[in-house]
Amino acid sequence: MSDDVLVMRGITKRFAGVTALHEVSLTVRRGEIHAICGENGAGKSTLMKVLSGVHPHGTYEGEILFEGEPCAFQSVRDSERRGIVIIHQELALCGQLSVAENIFLGNERSRRGFVDWNRTNHEAQALLDRVGLRESPTTRVDDLGVGKQQLVEIAKALSKEVKLLILDEPTAALNDDDSQHLLDLLDGLRSEGVTSVIISHKLGEVTRISDTVTVLRDGKTIETLPAQGLSEDRIIAGMVGRDLEHRFPPRTPDIGEEVLRIEDWTVHSPAQPDRVVVDRATLSLRRGEIVGLAGLMGAGRTELAMSVFGRSYGVGVSGRVVKDGREIDTRTVRSAIRHGIAYVSEDRKRYGLNLIEGVQRNVSAAALDKLSSRGWVNENEENSVAERYRRSMGIRTSSVSTPTGTLSGGNQQKVVLAKWMFTDPDVLILDEPTRGIDVGAKYEIYSIINDLAAQGRAVLVISSELPELLGLCDRVYALSEGRITGEVSREEATQERLMQYMTRGQGS
Amino acid sequence: MTTKTAAAPAAAPSEPSSRFSINMRQSGIYVAFALIVVLFAVLTDGALLQPQNISNIIVQNSYVLILAIGMILVIIGGHIDLSVGSTVALTGAVCAVLTVQWGLPWPLAVLLTLLSGALIGAAQGYWIAYFGIPAFIVTLAGMLVFRALTMTTLGNQGIGPFPDEIRSLSNGFTSGYLGNIGLGPLGGADLVSLLAGLACVAGFALSQWRKRSARLGYGQSVDPMPVFVLKIAGVALVVMAVVVQLARFRNLPWVLVLLAALALGYSLMANNSVFGRHIYSIGGNLQAATLSGVKVKAVTFWVFVNMGALAGLAGVIFAGRLNQAGPTAGMSFELDAIAAAFIGGAAVQGGVGKVVGAITGGLIMGVINNGMSLIGSPSERVMLVKGLVLLVAVAYDVWTKRRG
Repeated sequence: MSDDVLVMRGITKRFAGVTALHEVSLTVRRGEIHAICGENGAGKSTLMKVLSGVHPHGTYEGEILFEGEPCAFQSVRDSERRGIVIIHQELALCGQLSVAENIFLGNERSRRGFVDWNRTNHEAQALLDRVGLRESPTTRVDDLGVGKQQLVEIAKALSKEVKLLILDEPTAALNDDDSQHLLDLLDGLRSEGVTSVIISHKLGEVTRISDTVTVLRDGKTIETLPAQGLSEDRIIAGMVGRDLEHRFPPRTPDIGEEVLRIEDWTVHSPAQPDRVVVDRATLSLRRGEIVGLAGLMGAGRTELAMSVFGRSYGVGVSGRVVKDGREIDTRTVRSAIRHGIAYVSEDRKRYGLNLIEGVQRNVSAAALDKLSSRGWVNENEENSVAERYRRSMGIRTSSVSTPTGTLSGGNQQKVVLAKWMFTDPDVLILDEPTRGIDVGAKYEIYSIINDLAAQGRAVLVISSELPELLGLCDRVYALSEGRITGEVSREEATQERLMQYMTRGQGS
Repeated sequence: MTTKTAAAPAAAPSEPSSRFSINMRQSGIYVAFALIVVLFAVLTDGALLQPQNISNIIVQNSYVLILAIGMILVIIGGHIDLSVGSTVALTGAVCAVLTVQWGLPWPLAVLLTLLSGALIGAAQGYWIAYFGIPAFIVTLAGMLVFRALTMTTLGNQGIGPFPDEIRSLSNGFTSGYLGNIGLGPLGGADLVSLLAGLACVAGFALSQWRKRSARLGYGQSVDPMPVFVLKIAGVALVVMAVVVQLARFRNLPWVLVLLAALALGYSLMANNSVFGRHIYSIGGNLQAATLSGVKVKAVTFWVFVNMGALAGLAGVIFAGRLNQAGPTAGMSFELDAIAAAFIGGAAVQGGVGKVVGAITGGLIMGVINNGMSLIGSPSERVMLVKGLVLLVAVAYDVWTKRRG
């Protein structure tokens, strides 16, 4: 019992009506590497935020025991004082500062209020040696690659005398060599007695390095297994579960000719122009067809969609977009819209809506030309268009001039869909169309998607929820590390099969 | 479910019509303006509302109001323009050179001056929209550069006097073509001015009526008839009161005619044109606008071109009013214009604001200036009050937003 460094019991965490964690339990033994696996949205990151005090004590239910003592962290500072350090997926480093400054940020080596630079750099050097980073402590962090930045984060954690190190997707952005170095480092820290919790999608790594695996699904702990002899398939079985309820409206597909084909599509990261984000992807959509695009976080799904839609993401884009048999130009958003392509973003608040304007002005935003003559907008026509969508889609709002910022997530999503339906597209790309909305609204969104397909439009659905793809789509492509690794029809598709494609070529 | 059928005449009482309910955040500014006018009318024993003084307030603030119209569009687009004061000085100098030194006919000179203003705006708009430098930096640089160019152009001395036509555009009044008419105890008043005022009111009432009919035709909610009539009557009362006072003094200032035209034109543009909508959408959510196919860069560019042209107009009017283009013209006008926009309800992060609001904001400051000088307050106190009014106005805006 005293061997358990961390015990979390009955953790329940709710966000505005959505239960992110439900009675989750986690026990971590001293000196082990404990992996947490689960689909996107299973609650892994939320659990770690509860543990590290990002979500302060009192905003969740349940108890946390660290080294046998109950914890009530109010902030990250509290948890760090106890030796719990979390390294987030998005690194929290100040790029303009030096490695040494970053390591001791908020924890400066100082004398009477003045930074002691000799001590800072000296101690930083010792920490860098420990994590095996051969760089000068005075190097600017921006001048290091992501892999080395990750090591700086770990050095920073070690400077705080870490007892429990939490890493959220530490290798997601790393290449194979850097990943290997990082895993070796974790292995070394384990022999020094540091306990680690890693969240990872790369099941090959998980089975190789960890001692114990806990699987989360839909905000619940499914099982905790010893990693010894554990197969990837066994983990996948736990991650996807087997309950596929009748959550989808019935539909009879009526599939026609090919309407859009994306060929040899390659995209590079704007931050690191030498990194390939989408790698020679080829996919096609037919009229009346709902096609899924499955992939784990960082697989390049959104990047693929946005780069096709007016080069809204990425640099060094190459490949062809063919619509109705003719190559088309989609280099600007306007030309993409003109060619009948619509893209509904995964982040409706950031990329989809003008939250301070009314429903009607959002609905018209992508097709204002249809409501205007000689540059003047017909507001009455605009209102009645919005009114029409409000009725047909069941957008619940007191009036069409209500600011969209006051609507619920499901209704906001309907407004964004209405906006793109009003452009009368032949192809709709829906990126996480049901993210963050409740089950009832999801059913309505599914019905809308079915209607769109029934009207002869092609719909590409990007989703992290495999059941959603299986329930909705006629065909599903799997994307892994920017490559299309598989294509399965509705009949052949199972979650296990998709998950195998989605994790193919990763880690192992 | 409150699905309403289309053919609902007038407003059904159950419909929570946003047009009917008083929106405190938007109408607060007009209420505040009315209170400030009443306050100073009382403090100055009515001197504030004397015919000559009303005329003075309009003429003295005309150039800031013109700048405020351009500035509100810049701010709605999520930017700022610190260079307009210097642009006023430079365009005034250009106008002086064209008319006084080169002797060009005044309409051509004014046109070229507006063009030079637009060019200044285009230069800044290029760096902001296409090069991606924050407007704050670009226009701060512009503030220095254009002030320097003003001094170069003028050779560090004032140039004047201006042709009469330009002077009367800034300072002059419409002529009494039809003579005066007796208004009983109020004395004689200019008939043309009164007729113009009546025409304005009639035009406003007609356009509101047509808008209402169109909304009804589309089955949308409108104000109940009594509220509608009351609103029209209120506007008519205020307009006619101002016009009567002006008609009793020296008829309508030309600059008021110009301002009215600009206010009307730019309000329509902001609310009803595709271009205006694009400005709001860029300020409201840049990414969403980009992903909706709005030509963000072009719109931003033209917003600054427009600002430059309006600053050119303000430059002509200011120089004409002083009858001289001087190197210190337009000092701190940018701050007055920015303050007017924010007092008038613009949001710092963009996407929100109205042309009429900015004009009202400018008038609030004008009335405070004028009223306080009438009661003999020293200028430091005027500055103090104006600063606090700006702070309170924005604080009120933030507060209502947080509650909402």
